Amino acid sequence: MTDLTPHDAHGSQPARLGYPPHADVEHVLRVADTDPKAAKRAERQVVSMFLLSIVMVILFVAAYVGIDKHTNVYIPVFGEVGAQTIALGLTFGLAILLIGAGAIQWAKKLMPDVEVVQERHEQVSPEDVTAEAAAIYGRGKEESGFARYKMIRRTLIGAMALFPIPLVVMLRDLWSTPASEELSPAQILSTTIWKKGERIVTDATYLPVRPEDLPVGGLVSAVPASLEEVQHLEGNLNARGKAAIILVRMEPDEIVSQQGDGWDYQGILAYSKICTHVGCPIALYEQRTHHLLCPCHQSTFDLANSGNVVFGPAARNMPQLPIGVDDEGFLIAMSDFQQPVGPSFWERSS
Amino acid sequence: MTTTSPVEKAGGGAATYVDQRVGSNKFLARNLSKVFPDHWSFMLGEIALYSFIVVLLTGVYLTLFFKPSMVEVVYNGSYVPLKGIQMSEAYASTLNISFDVRGGLLIRQMHHWAALIFMAAMSVHMFRVFFTGAFRKPREFNWIIGVALVTLGLGAGFTGYSLPDDLLSGTGLQIARGIVQAIPVVGTWGAFLLFGGEFPGTDFISRLYSIHILLIPGLILALVTLHLIMVWTQKHTQFPGPGRTNDNVVGYPLMPVYMAKAGGFFFIVFGIIALVGGLVSINPIWIFGPYTPDQVSAGSQPDWYIGFLDGALRVMPNWESHIAGFTLSWNILIPGLVIPGLIFTALGAYPFIEAWVTGDKREHHLLDRPRNAPTRTALGVMSISFYLMLFIGAGNDIIASAFDLSINAITWFLRVALIVVPPLVFVLTRRICLGLQRRDHEKLLHGYETGRVLRLPHGEFIEAHEPISVKEMAVITSKNDVAPLPTPPKADIDGVKNKKFHQQNLRAKLSRFFYGENIPLPSAAEIEAGQSHVAHDAAVEAPLHEYEDTDEIRQFHGGILHHPGMPESNLEQVTEHKE
Repeated sequence: MTDLTPHDAHGSQPARLGYPPHADVEHVLRVADTDPKAAKRAERQVVSMFLLSIVMVILFVAAYVGIDKHTNVYIPVFGEVGAQTIALGLTFGLAILLIGAGAIQWAKKLMPDVEVVQERHEQVSPEDVTAEAAAIYGRGKEESGFARYKMIRRTLIGAMALFPIPLVVMLRDLWSTPASEELSPAQILSTTIWKKGERIVTDATYLPVRPEDLPVGGLVSAVPASLEEVQHLEGNLNARGKAAIILVRMEPDEIVSQQGDGWDYQGILAYSKICTHVGCPIALYEQRTHHLLCPCHQSTFDLANSGNVVFGPAARNMPQLPIGVDDEGFLIAMSDFQQPVGPSFWERSS
Repeated sequence: MTTTSPVEKAGGGAATYVDQRVGSNKFLARNLSKVFPDHWSFMLGEIALYSFIVVLLTGVYLTLFFKPSMVEVVYNGSYVPLKGIQMSEAYASTLNISFDVRGGLLIRQMHHWAALIFMAAMSVHMFRVFFTGAFRKPREFNWIIGVALVTLGLGAGFTGYSLPDDLLSGTGLQIARGIVQAIPVVGTWGAFLLFGGEFPGTDFISRLYSIHILLIPGLILALVTLHLIMVWTQKHTQFPGPGRTNDNVVGYPLMPVYMAKAGGFFFIVFGIIALVGGLVSINPIWIFGPYTPDQVSAGSQPDWYIGFLDGALRVMPNWESHIAGFTLSWNILIPGLVIPGLIFTALGAYPFIEAWVTGDKREHHLLDRPRNAPTRTALGVMSISFYLMLFIGAGNDIIASAFDLSINAITWFLRVALIVVPPLVFVLTRRICLGLQRRDHEKLLHGYETGRVLRLPHGEFIEAHEPISVKEMAVITSKNDVAPLPTPPKADIDGVKNKKFHQQNLRAKLSRFFYGENIPLPSAAEIEAGQSHVAHDAAVEAPLHEYEDTDEIRQFHGGILHHPGMPESNLEQVTEHKE
């Protein structure tokens, strides 16, 4: 199929049709080309733009030193804004912009506006040059014996293929667990710090919750009571990222189904707060329909019906946490979650 | 008259000093007179380049104040609402840049605006290159470099806006981690290695930081340099026009015109970014608050260039399979990896696919007008419509609340539209291109419509046509009419079976698809005949204007000035007038 060069037949069409070369198109003189006054005016414009740019730099320094950084001003459209940022932006921006505007005005009004023609040359190298390169390569191949020494060639290729391995291996310790607890990522993702008897506390103030604190239709964001300590001990927010829950309360007869028998407490249900799609925390709750909506990708879960997905890209229901009360009447977890919370991963089986 | 100032003398001395060491004057002599063609769309790439320089400059300034650390500190700066709150050092130092470093907010906002403009300019520049066929031989490598630059730009943007560790950026990271975690077999481990354990951990910001300020900008800088060297050595493409051929370049020389124009334009772009950075607030991280994995704000939106990915995640149906105790999350894999993978692969491969289909091996320096490559243009607009659907998807919550629509309805609409709209757009665009080709054809044969309607003496109304200008003639006739590849023979004349029949046949079919619908240019003779005919007609109408102010025509008759006893038709009138 080497003869498929339909384009080669054409040549460049304007020339073929005999249209005039560029020089024949009439060049219209600009005002500044014919009228010295206009030229002078253009010169003045350019000069004043450059001058104004200099003034702007001076004003910039003045604004940097002179305006208090905490002063706010009201500017229509922009609203309440930092006076210094506005002043610095204006002066800095104009100082730069005016240099550009001046240069372009100069080019457009005073520099020649006659287009010139340059020839192009094909990218391909002349044949003798290509032949020379090929000859040099051939001589190099011959002299090095690359073709002859088969074993040298093969071992070299093998060595070259393997040498990046250490670079990859060394990435292993981007994450390491203490030797005492050799847990796989999948195991880590499958557990949270919830356990039987763990008190449920509010997420910001860490106050324990009584059933009567939560009215029907209400929603509370909550965490385990031990979270504050764990967080402090671990020095990160990992435990919070998995253990965060929401408590909602509905009339017991509104509950259609749950993930386990009696996992509610008098119509109070606890669900993970972390979306099963890609892990955004969810707290947009519509109490009339008992729907929970994720603000990131709009997955919708029905909390009255086992937290099942009713719309959106999430594939799995919201994990439910079995709850009860302790002898002091505070809400507690009855166990950890029965399935991994949060986004999907390869090793999970359901 | 040329005078030499002391500064120039010093400059000349310096040039000689450098030349004696690196031979730079050879380069200057060859290149200072280099010609660049003029067209507004050639500035798009310049905007991308200049905004990237602004990103680099402002970015260096930000590194002086930003602390890429997730160590928890108690904020004690001057932004009162967050005083005494626990937050990461990254977030605290970003607040510090915004409120306590003079000019810090200006630079931060310039950095962000310049990044947005960089991405936008690259995208539109890519559209220009695509629709004008500037990616064709010999510029395929530069197209691929361009695709790589867009991809790197996405990475630079995402790693950048994730750094402040505010509530919005942390949510974006959580989503990114969710996507990594969904990768079959290696995803879970990959996510743990990337984040140094569970989400959010304490390592990720500093890891992102080195990627954001070293790895990605280094690669972008290297590729931009290569991109420019190739533009330089291959010389810029040009739009068709009088005297512009495939073998020349018509425009202004680098010294002095382009030096002033392109140099000046850098300052214009820089200046506008500074103005916008000073006047228009962007990413006000102090409103979002510090990141915590159990909170999120409604209406979370990524930066615009990530929008199509987020939209894909939103509109994807919730498919997930469980096979032999393992989970495959199609609902994340398809929008998060497969779709972007396909988009960028198709982009990178397009020049080679088109070259194979068309069998075109010629160098192209004269740009195509989009209408003259209807199939390519339609493919491009079709792809943009697909992208736009995904982009709209990323705002489904905003659209729902702004227009009081059901979010489920919008999502379902988009799911259907993503499949239905692009083919419709393809057909429509191709029709429009062919319509425009027909109009060009018409102009060549019958001149252009002047909009001047005349009533002839016998009552007929005509619209006067006039010959088209030299410039327009050159532009229209720059079209290349190419015949589709012929259907290959099943066997040659000796009856030997053509082993490559299927491959060649596919190619011929695709070639017919690509070139099949086309309005060929009339022949040179037809054009000349057409234009001289129009010129003659125009001359025929001309006397009517001449008569307007003379006394010869005394009566106003039927809307046209006509003298009783004078010949009835224009032509007779003219003939008589001549005699």
